Amino acid sequence: MTLLVSRKPRWGEAILRQLFFLCAIISVLTTAIVIGILVVETSSFFAEVSVIDFLFGTQWRPLLEPKAYGILPLLAGTMLVVVGSSLVALPVGLACAVYLSEYATDRTRNIIKPVLEILAGIPTVVYGYFAIAFVTPGLRVVFDDVQIFNAASAAIVVGIMVLPMVASLCDDALRSVPSSLREGAYSVGATSFEVTARVVVPAALSGIFAAFVLAVSRAIGETMAVTLAAGATPNLTLNPLESIQTMTAYIVQVSLGDTPSGSLAYKTLFAVASVLFSITLLMNLLANRVMRKYQEVYE
Amino acid sequence: MRSDLADHQSSKTLGARSLKRRHLVARLFKSICLGFTLFAVGVLGLLIFQVGADGLPWLDWKFLNNFPSRFPERAGVKSALYGTLWVVSLTALIALPTGVLAAIYLEDYAPKSRLTRIIDINIANLAGVPSIVYGILGLAIFVRFLGLERSVLAGALTMSLLILPVIIISSKEAIRAVPSSIRLAAYAVGATQWQVVRFHVLPAAIPGILTGVILALSRAIGETAPLIMIGALTYVAFVPEGPMDEFTALPIQIFNWTSRPQAEFHELAAAGIIVLLAVLLTMNALAVLIRYKGTR
Repeated sequence: MTLLVSRKPRWGEAILRQLFFLCAIISVLTTAIVIGILVVETSSFFAEVSVIDFLFGTQWRPLLEPKAYGILPLLAGTMLVVVGSSLVALPVGLACAVYLSEYATDRTRNIIKPVLEILAGIPTVVYGYFAIAFVTPGLRVVFDDVQIFNAASAAIVVGIMVLPMVASLCDDALRSVPSSLREGAYSVGATSFEVTARVVVPAALSGIFAAFVLAVSRAIGETMAVTLAAGATPNLTLNPLESIQTMTAYIVQVSLGDTPSGSLAYKTLFAVASVLFSITLLMNLLANRVMRKYQEVYE
Repeated sequence: MRSDLADHQSSKTLGARSLKRRHLVARLFKSICLGFTLFAVGVLGLLIFQVGADGLPWLDWKFLNNFPSRFPERAGVKSALYGTLWVVSLTALIALPTGVLAAIYLEDYAPKSRLTRIIDINIANLAGVPSIVYGILGLAIFVRFLGLERSVLAGALTMSLLILPVIIISSKEAIRAVPSSIRLAAYAVGATQWQVVRFHVLPAAIPGILTGVILALSRAIGETAPLIMIGALTYVAFVPEGPMDEFTALPIQIFNWTSRPQAEFHELAAAGIIVLLAVLLTMNALAVLIRYKGTR
């Protein structure tokens, strides 16, 4: 009896394999190109502006005379929005997650989950519109004396925007805590609050932490809502009621004008983008690392 | 030792509290959590109400069929709507095959090597890069370096890079969900790797893949910043007829109208948002339908 298996090499299989590999490597190429462009353009920016002036200067005026290239005002603007949005998104998101995982019946859960998914799917420009059409006027009228909403409207809408992400990631973290831990605590007489605050949340802490880091990273990179609602005045201030400019909003502002490529103003785009990219990349790496570690614990 | 002592003390204070008070705290806590959850639901309601109240009066056939204009009563979203459809279709054509093939490679072909791990980590991190950075990439590579100018193609290529990580991650999950017994059975009767993928893995994974792709495309529809970066915010009073034409898109038109001071333009923006949300809703309904058909 002869063996029916052909020994002929299958070229098609090999070619397909190479093609699939090429598709997969595109992502690595993308990262390499992004980093390459940022490094090249930023270093040519630093040939004209000193690194010290850029990192520690307190004036950002790259388009008007006298020019100044200190990024601190943009960083401060971004931080103001990030802190404000975190004040909204982190507690509310965590509370949502606690309610969903510890209290809600399946029926309630099936209503609230889709609502959060819809909120997460709404384009950021819509939140920008919401800030201008509702939050900014509403800040003075509705939330007149409530201190927690004392932040600027950009921070509030960015907070609302990242809230669903915080809620769903924290929900995942809380639900992955084994129910035996809860039952143990209940059986020795703890109330639901004590179970949540002293057992479940501490057990899920790394997941919650990762969710918070990712939320902050999202808020740093958020562009349209802050461009529309936070203003375009680079302003080194801690007062959330003043007009500011974030790093992302500056990038949009420059690209709205007609900036000739090769000019110093064009290069500021890349210098600012480098700072933005480095910060968000570091935070994402941190969050991914914490998440991986925490998955090991509960599998 | 010290933390033991602290634990002991805290449990002592726990016992010292009256039971009534502890239950009160628990009830209060539950109400606060519920309150915050209702806040999130309420915000969605408010947002929809605000958009509807502002935008619905402006929404008519004329609005869909007019080009942008300085005069609010004559302004419409025709060029933006067509621009969005053009960009999304081209993005789908580019990103769908690339993303799915990459996912197939990473799940079924890739050796367990360091390179594979690097690709995986890289994709996870790319998914978290701010969209405006993709805009800068598009501006430097597609618009300036490759000389594509402000074309539909430049927009679609930028958007493709933006949503590729999302498509790859969701496709990988769908492919991984196919039981390995199916693969092994096919191999056992002598199928080649490609035959296993083509005739067994893909058919089983396709509903999951399509759901992920549609959700990724709906993200592309709503993205504004990358398109502004590549210079799509210009006055466009024509419908693009080919991939090299200039274009504008719905979110850009909404941005433009929102950034104007006049109230009429804010209402136009709301009307534009309704059109945008309608497009998104249609796509999401499609995704739900596919998921439902796939699980049956």
